[in-house]
Amino acid sequence: MITRRNFLKNTVTGIAALSLPLAAFEIVDPKKLMASEAKNPSKVRWVFLIDTYKCTGCGFCVKACKLENEVPYDTNVTRTWVERYVITKDGVNHADTPDNGGRDGFTTARMNRGMGKFEEIKKEDIDKAFFVPKLCNQCENPPCVQVCPVGATYQAPDGVVLVDRTWCIGCGYCIMGCPYGVRFFHPVHHTAEKCNFCYHRITKGLKTACVDACPFGARRIGNLRDPNDPVTKIIMTERVGVLKEEYGTKPQAFYLGLDREVK
Amino acid sequence: MKSHVLRPLFAFLGIVALILLARLVLVPKDFGAYDRGYMYSWHRLGNEEDWKNVKVKYQGKEYCKDCHTDKYDSIAKTPHKIIQCENCHGPAIDHPSDPPKLAIDKSRGQCLRCHYPLPYPSSGRALIKGIDPDKHNPDTECSSCHNPHNPMEGLR
Repeated sequence: MITRRNFLKNTVTGIAALSLPLAAFEIVDPKKLMASEAKNPSKVRWVFLIDTYKCTGCGFCVKACKLENEVPYDTNVTRTWVERYVITKDGVNHADTPDNGGRDGFTTARMNRGMGKFEEIKKEDIDKAFFVPKLCNQCENPPCVQVCPVGATYQAPDGVVLVDRTWCIGCGYCIMGCPYGVRFFHPVHHTAEKCNFCYHRITKGLKTACVDACPFGARRIGNLRDPNDPVTKIIMTERVGVLKEEYGTKPQAFYLGLDREVK
Repeated sequence: MKSHVLRPLFAFLGIVALILLARLVLVPKDFGAYDRGYMYSWHRLGNEEDWKNVKVKYQGKEYCKDCHTDKYDSIAKTPHKIIQCENCHGPAIDHPSDPPKLAIDKSRGQCLRCHYPLPYPSSGRALIKGIDPDKHNPDTECSSCHNPHNPMEGLR
């Protein structure tokens, strides 16, 4: 028999039960939780920080990179290079890079217009001018890796994109796929070549050759997973920019003082 | 009737078996999709070690300190202290055993990397004193007057 007391009691418990979300009944499996956290078990995520205010275009980074990584010194291919941006008062952006990527620095005010042509720019006409070092962005979503048909290029657990020279067939898809143009064919190995943050150095606790060679501290490398890393602190708390964000590649080379003219 | 229908099937199965056998032999044992699946980490695991084993060539200025203490100390007192020894002296590699002698870059171009005047506003380059290489003792090595480890020594 339904008494008033029982009716009210059941109504209250019924409403309470209905208001519980379904998720409350799900049994939490600690192993599953651990697995989702261990998706990327690496304690390291290498990132780069470039301060364009500090860069003087000396090119010591390019020189050190070529010698450290055995990229033939007198060829025009290089894993890292320095670009010069000169924006004149009429709003025109005169960007250039020496044919050797800035290996010997910028020792002239003449701008390299390619095909052996040069351009003189008067000092008075310059609105702003600066140097921007470029290197592989070690993207979180590297398009160069997606297009490799043979699994020769891949992202290491610490975020660095590497090329397996024994496995690369030289199809060149990755060179076409990189929106930043950092890949090229190695003139000796005839395989795809790119900056790998001096993988042999950073995994031994050293800095990359270009970071060590930079006299002005314009280039820095850090571990994004370490909250006490000075580079991480800057990336987290200061205004940094990345290149071609709209491509969705999530580049991991961060720039201080990036201008909208920089491409 | 039976055999001429089945013969191409046997040939097909044979080719498939051959391809599978070739794959077994040719694909390294450690080849597979790792942390980030086929899209980003499909590779031969051993290649990570291959890259880690590349020889380090630039050793850093602390490597030079113990033998070339005088040079290390003298440059440390000048504005040139920010420049690594190997930027001019070349990578040490296994010096002094290999190479026993390093080739020093004494060219004017080496100094002009920083000291060619480019007064670019908002760039660090504008803060460095420069010279006009066509007017400032052309045809002379900079180091014949300036000691690179102490550039204004005896000149002020």
